[in-house]
Amino acid sequence: MKLEMIRILYFSWIREGVGASEEKLETKSENVKELINELKLKNEKYNSVFSKLDNIRVAVDQKLVNFETSIKNAEEVAFFPPMTGG
Amino acid sequence: MTVILQSSVFDPGATINEFQKQSINCGAIVSFTGVVRNNEESNLKKLHIEHYPSMTKIAIEEMINVANKRWKLSNCLVIHRYGNLKVNEIIMMVVTASSHRVDAFQAAEYLMDYLKSRAPFWKKEFTDKGSNWVLSKETDEAALTRW
Repeated sequence: MKLEMIRILYFSWIREGVGASEEKLETKSENVKELINELKLKNEKYNSVFSKLDNIRVAVDQKLVNFETSIKNAEEVAFFPPMTGG
Repeated sequence: MTVILQSSVFDPGATINEFQKQSINCGAIVSFTGVVRNNEESNLKKLHIEHYPSMTKIAIEEMINVANKRWKLSNCLVIHRYGNLKVNEIIMMVVTASSHRVDAFQAAEYLMDYLKSRAPFWKKEFTDKGSNWVLSKETDEAALTRW
């Protein structure tokens, strides 16, 4: 299966938890859930941040989506907590 | 229809005056101004607002598009700040213009509800006792169901 290069962004306490605001990853993951499982294997920081998904939201190419959403052909995936604008 | 994201302070009064000049044939202008309030338990030294630059404007423009279809708006402005803010500083502003007040009020409320929990901003409070990320409220999420 072809590896795709994807840009991953982290915000708020997720950024602090993984210790990076963005990174590039070559991945075979086909959807967000698979990508999360792949990230959790990287190290304990990722494993801890993504241990519970209730407080995590995701956007694929700047659009808010759910964890089942495909990331095939996506350029950017962003993980962040529920938003607190206004 | 305008969305402005900025770190610098702005004058809400001057903003409304300018908005009114640009809003031709409107009979009603409604505005909401959000202000940094002090933390109830410990003194707020600063409020840091982080956002997702490449998504924020797109997300707010989409909210305005929906509001524009639901209500008859002749003009609309959203200004939201990011970076470090102090107590009593203005965080953001929504201004809507319409022929009649009901559309202007409802569109402003709709935009506020959606900005609260669908615009990619996150707030971190720095107080006497340390720092913490502001958690989203269930009531904010529930507020969306009325639309």
